[in-house]
Amino acid sequence: MSDELAQFIFLLIKAVALPLVIILIVAFAIYFERKFAGFFQGRVGPTYLGPWGSLQSFGDVLKLISKEDLIPAKADKPVFKLAPYLVFIPAFLVMAVLPFGPVGAGQAPEFFGHRFDFVIAAGFDSGLVLFLAMGALAFYGVVLAGWASNSNYSLLGGLRAGAQMVSYELAMGFAVVGVMLMAGSLSLVDIVDAQAGDFWHWYFIPQIVGGVIFFIATLAELNRTPFDLPEAEQELVAGYLTEYSGMRWGMFYLSEYVNMIVVSGIVATLYLGGWRAPLTVLDFIPGPVWFFLKIFFLMFIYMWIRWTIFRYRYNQLMSIGWKVLLPLSLANLVVTAIVVSLVG
Amino acid sequence: MSATPGTKAAARRAAAPPVAAPMATPPHPTLKELKERKAASRQRLRRRGDLLTISMGPQHPSTHGVFRAELDLDGEVIVAVRPEIGNLHRGVEKLCEQLTYHQVIPLTDRLDYIAGFAMNHGFCEAAEKLMGVEVPARARYLRTMTHELCRLSNHILWLGVHIMDLGTQTFFCICFRDREYVLDLLEMLTGARLTHSFARIGGVAKDLPDGFEHRCRKVIDFLPKRVAEYERIVKNNRIYHKRAKGVGIFTSEDCHTWRVTGPPLRAAGVARDLRKDEPYAAYDEVDFEVAVEYNADVYDRFLVRMKEIRESCKIIAQCLDALPDGPFLAKDVAHSLPMKADVLRDPAAMIRDFCQVFKGPSAPKGEVYRAIEVPKGEMGVYIRSEGGAKPARVRFSNPSFYHAQAVPALVEGETVADMVAIFASVDVVLGDCDR
Repeated sequence: MSDELAQFIFLLIKAVALPLVIILIVAFAIYFERKFAGFFQGRVGPTYLGPWGSLQSFGDVLKLISKEDLIPAKADKPVFKLAPYLVFIPAFLVMAVLPFGPVGAGQAPEFFGHRFDFVIAAGFDSGLVLFLAMGALAFYGVVLAGWASNSNYSLLGGLRAGAQMVSYELAMGFAVVGVMLMAGSLSLVDIVDAQAGDFWHWYFIPQIVGGVIFFIATLAELNRTPFDLPEAEQELVAGYLTEYSGMRWGMFYLSEYVNMIVVSGIVATLYLGGWRAPLTVLDFIPGPVWFFLKIFFLMFIYMWIRWTIFRYRYNQLMSIGWKVLLPLSLANLVVTAIVVSLVG
Repeated sequence: MSATPGTKAAARRAAAPPVAAPMATPPHPTLKELKERKAASRQRLRRRGDLLTISMGPQHPSTHGVFRAELDLDGEVIVAVRPEIGNLHRGVEKLCEQLTYHQVIPLTDRLDYIAGFAMNHGFCEAAEKLMGVEVPARARYLRTMTHELCRLSNHILWLGVHIMDLGTQTFFCICFRDREYVLDLLEMLTGARLTHSFARIGGVAKDLPDGFEHRCRKVIDFLPKRVAEYERIVKNNRIYHKRAKGVGIFTSEDCHTWRVTGPPLRAAGVARDLRKDEPYAAYDEVDFEVAVEYNADVYDRFLVRMKEIRESCKIIAQCLDALPDGPFLAKDVAHSLPMKADVLRDPAAMIRDFCQVFKGPSAPKGEVYRAIEVPKGEMGVYIRSEGGAKPARVRFSNPSFYHAQAVPALVEGETVADMVAIFASVDVVLGDCDR
């Protein structure tokens, strides 16, 4: 078997398996979110379906699929139908560049004499840019959903999403540039390779400011509690989701969790060493295990934040984005640039 | 004559009186100025056709019932609000005219269903004033205690709902858990969790059940600690500070204009509390402080309510300590029901019970107004009697109505997100608002 053919077969396997694994994780992420919410609130969460209620999400999805497909009479129908896909698909596209295990000669394991890279698009050099672009693209889905529903609450939710995006995306972009400078590459694979070694080689130590900014910005990207303004239940009923029901709503809901997994993966890749073990002696545990452990850890933090703190007002989010995060990320960028150019 | 700026400032400093400047009160525009300003901006926007009108409620998740408001929005800023009151109108006041005084009491539970006994209490105080019934000491203490339990339940629920409106659902569940202890006590005492119907004309329905005192003391020992914990969680949260401090300012002047009473008034620096000012029940015999704060914003309303929870616990403890012996219902043949235990033993009491239930009390002619301090503010009850067992007219002037109608003055110029917080902070229950 030629190497090209083997790589192509591997690619197919990866491209089918990774989304499936992630969808499976999503089902359990929703279950765990509800379970954690229950524990935080002194309740038990879902208990009926499956052992300890663990199959709850499958039941929910079945229910959502079997529901009537309802489109408001005055909605902009094509856009209304398009919007969920605009949110759903970009979330999956980022997975193509996410290294979930060892990549490259000398690191990646060999199967049948051919190297198996644990990333779908191994040769893609600007994964970081793809992530930022897809994050921005997903917001079109939110804004269009708000617009196409022809409901005032949805419109306000969409507007808030737009305002939110411009206020945190700049800070997010500049925070990432720090990592880019240190690694000297935009490729997520190279960024993980630059963090080789024990956990004190990871970027969360030199890039602590950028890391915290990036993490806060991802909260806004994921529309989760202190920044869940586009769907603020107490204010806008459900924001841009108000008019959605059935599986269309389900797609928004699922893509929220897919996004959460992907963004956790990006945070882990940029700042927590990606698939690398925290200590090199622990290298006998395979990379994908570490990678998903880090993802679960970050997801738990997202859930923890969601169920404990208050929501910002949207002008407060904007002032945080422009007055605090942006200057801080610029300062972080300048300091990183100087240090990198001095040290070499 | 060109003095440098430095010397000018020095001269001004020298000329200034040496006394410390008085505590600066924030320059808050008067209601009239505000209204004019708002009307002008509304006109301007309306001419441009730039307002987005949204209908908030009656199914909106944070209007606390079936309150509906039409909001005119400029972006997210509320330019005008038109509250719609009356979705829950059940004709309670009209119904009262068909019922005897005893029968009205269960109806009053349905006004403010968060603090049912407080409503019973208000009506009975008014009816007793009309009929000149003397309430025995034990009943007065029991009423005070039950009323304070209702206040606890109300304020704890308020806290949960208020925090939930700012985006944290966890707190809501924690508060509900703690409110459950208070509801258990009320259930033990009155037999019902929400619709207590516990007050009677001339006293209360039942005596303390066995073991109540022990349980009650446990709860009131434990609740202040919980409140301290709540306060620690909420006060140390920067987001809460940002969302609550300086938001929804409603000065004492505005409160007088809109007849806003209770915690929002006390948060505006007015130590007005009918429990102190016009004592009823046993409030003049117990020792408590009126919680007052001065900034008149959402944050201070939170502080006032937390203080009131502590004071309520103190009042309940004192009531339990000083609970006098004696009957819990007045021995007033013409106006009050006999005690249930006597009805089953004593023929005279049985006949009296029969007369009271089937005929009703014989009230004199006249009209009375009696106001008491319920958890949400001042509740006024007006009764006009033309003699006989049924009132000719009953009017409830309940705090929620005044708080709901003050919504335009409270929220115009704020954002939608703040409207939710402010609306929750004045504490409105729609059953109380639309009667």
